[in-house]
Amino acid sequence: MPINYYIFLSIALFVIGIVGVLTRRNAIIIFMCIELMLNAVNLLLVAFSKMHHLAKAATDVSAGIDGQIFVFFIMVVAAAEVSVGLAIIVMMYRNIHSVDVNFLNRLKH
Amino acid sequence: MNITQILFWFLSALTIFSALMVVVSKNPVYSVLWLIFTFFCISGHYIMLNAQFLFIVNIIVYAGAIMVLFLFVIMLMNLNKSSEPQKNRWLRMAGVLAGGCLLLVFVAALKNIDIKKQVAETNTGDIGLIQNLGKALFNEYVVPFEVSSILFLSAMVGAVVIGKKE
Repeated sequence: MPINYYIFLSIALFVIGIVGVLTRRNAIIIFMCIELMLNAVNLLLVAFSKMHHLAKAATDVSAGIDGQIFVFFIMVVAAAEVSVGLAIIVMMYRNIHSVDVNFLNRLKH
Repeated sequence: MNITQILFWFLSALTIFSALMVVVSKNPVYSVLWLIFTFFCISGHYIMLNAQFLFIVNIIVYAGAIMVLFLFVIMLMNLNKSSEPQKNRWLRMAGVLAGGCLLLVFVAALKNIDIKKQVAETNTGDIGLIQNLGKALFNEYVVPFEVSSILFLSAMVGAVVIGKKE
């Protein structure tokens, strides 16, 4: 497939994630939209890795493998991030009995 | 139109539709289920790009572990009612407008790029196989791999410390 289809698909997913972060108030859904943005970037990295592989396959057998390694590390970081983030959200729910981000404005005062 | 193109368009439409449903669903449980579906669609894209290792890791790690964690937390908090507070209408419209502006900027900037003629190879190429990725991971990237284990350890300790009752 031409690479620009993948670019536009990833842009659409990324923008949907951003709109979700901007319009929702539930902390868990905001977190899920961040995961969506990470996945958009992952998809684009894999597509670029395959594009690079096709362009350089004659000279370098493993051209473009770095992109897929990066995706693997992004998944590692995302898993660690989710475990800590959900622990923070559970603690926030235990203290203020809500996951509404608009209650978390004490720094403003 | 061959079968790869049909599959690509079908998967893309499904991905974008389910991603939109994640954002517009009122009930957080439905949101999580749609997000799992989105991850499966993205995994379908990976298998189309012949990235088989990332396909299986995406299913196991994202759709398996991370989303179960999300679902578990939502069930734990008893949030599966639809009485979630909404932002007011103007704020929501401003958010959608800001996202639309970003989309417009991205599309306008990337509409006429040079690599437009390049093709991402589908169905062929063996860099996504576990053998080649494993060789690269344990030769050139062995230090980041070990560092990520320390990251996991610290994340585990952090989650336990934050989550415990004081």
